[in-house]
Amino acid sequence: MSTRAFGASLPRREDARLLTGQATFVDDIDLPGCLHAAVLRSPFAHARIRSIDTTAALAREGVVAIYAAADLGAVCCPGPLAVPPPPIEGALFHQRTQSPLARDKVRYAGEPVAFVVAESRYVAEDALEDIVVDWEPLPVSADLQAAARPDAPRVHEDLPDNIAARVRQVKGDYALAVRGAAHVIRRRFTYDHGCSSPIETRGVVAQWDARADRLTVWDTTQAPVFIRNGLAASLGLGERQVRVVAPFIGGGFGPKIMMFYPEEILVPWAAMQLGRPVKWIEDRAEHFVATTHERGQIHEAEIALGADGRILGVRDEFLHDTGAYDPYGLTVPINSQCTLLGPYAIPHYDSTFCAVFTHKPIVTPYRGAGRQHGVFVIERLLDIAARELSIDCAEIRRRNFIPPDAFPWDNALIYQDFTRLTYDSGQYAKVLDQLLERIGYTDFIAQEQPRLRAQGRHVGIGLVCYVEGTGIGPYEGAKLQVQANGRVSLVTGIGTQGQGHYTSFAQIAADHLGVDIADIDVITGDTDQFYWGAGTFASRGAVVAGNAIDQAARQVRAKALRLAAEIFECAEGDLVLEGGRVAIAGLPSKSLGLGELAQRANPMRGAVAAGTEPGLESTSYFGPPSGSTANGAHAMVIEVDPRTMNVRILRYVVVHDCGVVINPMIVEGQVRGGVAQGIGNAFFEQLVFDSEGQLLNASLADYLLPSSMDVPSIELGHVETPSPLNPLGIKGVGEAGAIPVGPLFAQAIEDALQLPKRGVELLEIPLSPSRVWELARSATG
Amino acid sequence: MAERQYPIRLTVNGTEREAQVEARLLLSDFIRHRLGLTGTHVGCEHGVCGACTILHDGVPARACLLFAVQTHGHSIETVESLGTPEHLHPLQEAFRACHGLQCGYCTPGILMTMKAFLEQHPDPDEAAIRKALSGNLCRCTGYQNIVAAVARAAAVAREGA
Ligand code: FES
Ligand code: FES
Repeated sequence: MSTRAFGASLPRREDARLLTGQATFVDDIDLPGCLHAAVLRSPFAHARIRSIDTTAALAREGVVAIYAAADLGAVCCPGPLAVPPPPIEGALFHQRTQSPLARDKVRYAGEPVAFVVAESRYVAEDALEDIVVDWEPLPVSADLQAAARPDAPRVHEDLPDNIAARVRQVKGDYALAVRGAAHVIRRRFTYDHGCSSPIETRGVVAQWDARADRLTVWDTTQAPVFIRNGLAASLGLGERQVRVVAPFIGGGFGPKIMMFYPEEILVPWAAMQLGRPVKWIEDRAEHFVATTHERGQIHEAEIALGADGRILGVRDEFLHDTGAYDPYGLTVPINSQCTLLGPYAIPHYDSTFCAVFTHKPIVTPYRGAGRQHGVFVIERLLDIAARELSIDCAEIRRRNFIPPDAFPWDNALIYQDFTRLTYDSGQYAKVLDQLLERIGYTDFIAQEQPRLRAQGRHVGIGLVCYVEGTGIGPYEGAKLQVQANGRVSLVTGIGTQGQGHYTSFAQIAADHLGVDIADIDVITGDTDQFYWGAGTFASRGAVVAGNAIDQAARQVRAKALRLAAEIFECAEGDLVLEGGRVAIAGLPSKSLGLGELAQRANPMRGAVAAGTEPGLESTSYFGPPSGSTANGAHAMVIEVDPRTMNVRILRYVVVHDCGVVINPMIVEGQVRGGVAQGIGNAFFEQLVFDSEGQLLNASLADYLLPSSMDVPSIELGHVETPSPLNPLGIKGVGEAGAIPVGPLFAQAIEDALQLPKRGVELLEIPLSPSRVWELARSATG
Repeated sequence: MAERQYPIRLTVNGTEREAQVEARLLLSDFIRHRLGLTGTHVGCEHGVCGACTILHDGVPARACLLFAVQTHGHSIETVESLGTPEHLHPLQEAFRACHGLQCGYCTPGILMTMKAFLEQHPDPDEAAIRKALSGNLCRCTGYQNIVAAVARAAAVAREGA
């Protein structure tokens, strides 16, 4: 090949269909005779269901069926635990998962209570209004801290209190750190709820084919294989009887992987009961309570430092709001716990968290998946330390970096993937240097800022560093097959939600096979096409599936060359594979197309030699021993209007290191999109609950997502430290942009308004203008 | 009691269409599920996200905030009126070249909004594009590449003119 596909910013292959409205999303599936479902949800955060009367609803014309918990039989049992807790000594974990419909009691406002199936969505929603439920409201634990008290109203009455989990992880001996410390700083940090809000809500369509005895489900899921397996188990089917398709998905960001949502069981189950296809599409109001949330935590953290600003140790205790159930195990708080260590050499660490049940919607990973909180705590502690020790913010970080020759770096904690948290590689100082250079840090502080301040302008700068554990196991697979027409099909088990897999996956295979990426058809998210897999989450798709594709492509290449060498009776070394053909080097007339080779590899007569397989294809699996650690640093310059506290971002720079890059354009897009979500999260996205557990801002008019006026242009820089943990050397990038924005905002706003001088510190997220205004005023007032 | 049906006649992407619809049928549902033009997406059904934006007599409108009956005697254009996968409209081509989409769910609404905008403002600067875009939410891209795509489409159109 003259030009390599791997590493090039090639435009995306999926775009033409997406741009013309030809891509199929779940709600675009249109099956003859399809019924439509709507879900009756609890209006109370905590209540007993005395009775449900569906008589009037059933009498409505067009209503086909209504189900309450009692009608579901064995299907109405608590769902599976998606991720078991890691094997950490002494860890306490109470598994409480949700049933498809609440049986006697509801535990959050929005919990499904009845399921209506009708001839149209309009009629199904009408019927919801006809259902009469006799409720007995019960006392509510909505506030995280209050819910953690022993006498709080209990979410699960069979437990002694609302503690869902308690985990302590220790590295070294923190008491030792304090004894040797010149300085100890202690603060309380809070981070409030937000939600991922993909523009496409969730949806499920199911069709039961009684003649074939097969169920087909189209689902907005990030993990079709898990859904297939779980559905088979709960519906009493074999896995081969269930096909789950995740078609084009309009953004995932984590919550679309929760496994299982009630509707993911109810829709297929109803389709089987009724013998007709059933469709359910979540509306936006439902989405705010029916799709999982993230982010509520309260930390009490302490850092011990030497006089030179070196970190001797950190101690942290935090509460994590897991909502009414905990189907995703400990992933989010474990990520917070582990990510707090950042790119820093911290010899002593003592971290304990309590996950707490509250009468609020369920919490599962959302882009960043708890890493934000850890980064917020350590970065803010370092800012405060820098101030108290009169060390520059960049300098205090640099002094604490793990040096580039110290890898692999063992953090002695257990990570979310159950392995010991070990960083594989990184050049943290190099990343920071590039960042400072790009944003003009020294200049800004020495000249620009004083000059603008003299004009009465409130400008500030912030910079933060972070690491991100990415590309975790267990494994992914890929199957490459050259078809008779010469086109290559490339199938993986993961789903795709806009990450550009149709392009980047083809880029990995193209060079090995000597074909253009346009000749490779990438197929993802269809369990009939590929049987095994875990899913797209934890910034792992490109790392794990990517390496499986690389292996499979190498094997197909080897097969093609071996076969051609036999046919041409030459040595494999004499052959070149390019332009979709295998030719004898220097003898282009002697060549065979890949399609012809594929046909020859599948002979109708004769015998396939022992030890060989028919066809020009290969299936390969890759499982990394542990996750690879990406890292980066963000900086921004802002201006704050001191009357409105409105923040204007003047510059935003990201320097990141995600190892070897398959398609820089796609990686940059992922980083920019992540920063945009981080800005929303840091600045104004907040799910506001009242003391009764009612969500007060369940609409996009009240829960504000960043618009084109809020997200600035983002300047990017790259450092490339290959991961030694996988042959391609790649690290994940999906979440990097979103993770460090919170502390960056806090630091820059503090700087712009010179808040510390007035005794104000910003120790919480989000920091909306009104909240900053309140905090700033509390100091002066 | 079955809902009363009303006859409507409208022009959809240049073609006359007739239908019988309930008064309460949203235009977005009519376009997607009755006409089968599923390129128009629905993200919020309360007029905020802009995913459902179509052109109503040439002017951007939110299909989720209109009833199908309100289009009687009018013309609408959806994303399907632009290009095809083989022959993209220049605006679509610019989005592909600039990586102006990720999941692509917001994209049809943005294309329709920007098509009308560029007709009115053939030479917009970045601030103008950002302002015109601010009614359409995109959760994936961070907007930067969308802004670049619109600027590029404008430049291409000016060169061609
Ligand atoms: S769906 Fe119409 S504006 Fe969101
Ligand atoms: S590309 Fe996904 S919402 Fe815009």
